[in-house]
Amino acid sequence: MIELENVAYSYGGDALLTDMSLQLAPGTFHFLTGPSGAGKTTFLKLCYGALKPTGGQVRLFGRDVTGLSRDAVAYTRRRIGVVHQDCQFLDHLPLSENVALPLTVSGQGSPDQSDNLRELMAWVGLVDKTDALPPELSGGERQRAALARALILSPDVILADEPTGNVDWEMSQRLLRLLVELNRMGKTVMIATHDLMLIRAAKAQVQARVLRIANRSLQLAGADL
Amino acid sequence: MRLIPDAIRAVLRRDAAADRVVPPSGFTVRLTVFTSAAMAFLTIFVMAFSLASGRLAQDWGEELARASTLRISTPAEQMAGQTAAALRVLEQTPGVARARALSEAEQQALLEPWFGPDLPVDSLPVPQLIEIVETDDGYDSEGLRLRLQAEVPGAVLDEHTRWRRPLVAAASRLRLLGWASILLIAAATGAMVTLAANAALAANAQVIAVLRLVGATDGYIARAFVRRYTLRTFSGAALGAALGLAAILLMPGDSEAGGFLTSLRLQGWHWLLPLTVPPLAALVAFLATQAAARRVLGALA
Repeated sequence: MIELENVAYSYGGDALLTDMSLQLAPGTFHFLTGPSGAGKTTFLKLCYGALKPTGGQVRLFGRDVTGLSRDAVAYTRRRIGVVHQDCQFLDHLPLSENVALPLTVSGQGSPDQSDNLRELMAWVGLVDKTDALPPELSGGERQRAALARALILSPDVILADEPTGNVDWEMSQRLLRLLVELNRMGKTVMIATHDLMLIRAAKAQVQARVLRIANRSLQLAGADL
Repeated sequence: MRLIPDAIRAVLRRDAAADRVVPPSGFTVRLTVFTSAAMAFLTIFVMAFSLASGRLAQDWGEELARASTLRISTPAEQMAGQTAAALRVLEQTPGVARARALSEAEQQALLEPWFGPDLPVDSLPVPQLIEIVETDDGYDSEGLRLRLQAEVPGAVLDEHTRWRRPLVAAASRLRLLGWASILLIAAATGAMVTLAANAALAANAQVIAVLRLVGATDGYIARAFVRRYTLRTFSGAALGAALGLAAILLMPGDSEAGGFLTSLRLQGWHWLLPLTVPPLAALVAFLATQAAARRVLGALA
């Protein structure tokens, strides 16, 4: 679904990432780790087409990103759910409309979807926050809302960038359980985190592979974690 | 329906959800509406002014075309000879299209308002009038005067509307200035909308980033802004045009004496012209916002 072949990326000066190759197969669960500033976020951005590689080739669902038009990137993004550490919402709209936003912008917003939406809100435990505005939510609630928004179009891949960065341990466990559950439903999941505790906790629940960004390159971490 | 381009149909179609993704912004809305109203008001005013100048130039121009009169005052027995001589001179003068001696009945009709119908005009020594129709280039009036002095001593050349010639030129120029002003107003409206749209796009950078993240196309994001600014400009321009029309209706019209100043009222089908102002303003806003949105969005990741 997401394939990288000798990918390099630089923000102008020296290359931040070089010679990365990866094939993200359907139904897999990956962690992406590495020290702060190593390029985890950049790597994820390459994976959902927000950045185009300065070297090598990124293929999303079989199509080379470099040749994609802006609209094609937008369409691709509807098949990839993204959750950020500092998730952004439309602060003037209630939570339910924010979660349904991908439906709205892709022209699929309709009353028929309200059952889906309610189910999803219940799954992430935000039913009683449906009418709240995003600034009224706590960090953990925002993360779960962002996850719900990433899932509403039923994407094939979920990319999460430090989803537990702003929440306490208990909440990060809860988020992890949701992501593991998604993986069991067949979704491909990739979580960027530097939280090794989280990775250990996950390994107990799911067969997860750990990728590490070190020395500007991507390595498969050993089983010693 | 095929005649309406998709882009315009998208603006006309109300998509409540799409309208809501851009946060409402009270103050700039009022400024945009106010500015487009003011621009439309000015447009209507300048339009009326231009049309009035145009009418004036045309009316006066027509009068100029049959401008001059030759008056022959001479004892009755020489009248016929001098009239014939004058007509011969006029026929040979370059720049004179036609010259015609007025008949007795026509002359009597001209005099009647002054002397009343009962006066026996026949018995008075009435001068003979010759109507001269000029070509577009006109004739050399000094030369004609000298020649008439030599050959028809009783003739007096009366160019009563010649002084209007520069005024007609000025009126045409004023009309041109008016239309140029309307173009300037349209350009200023476009600039104003571009500034407002740029400000809105900058202020809503986070909204745009969120929309891009969840898979909105540039077209969708642009439409949300374009629709808003097009409709605002349209409603503002409609308001301004209505006020402008009301102001023109309040001008006193149809007065013979006032000439230019009192003829600002529109005439005939010209009353339809102000109706085109709001749609044209909306079109300008549509194009300006579209260009601004495309430019800003194209620069984003």
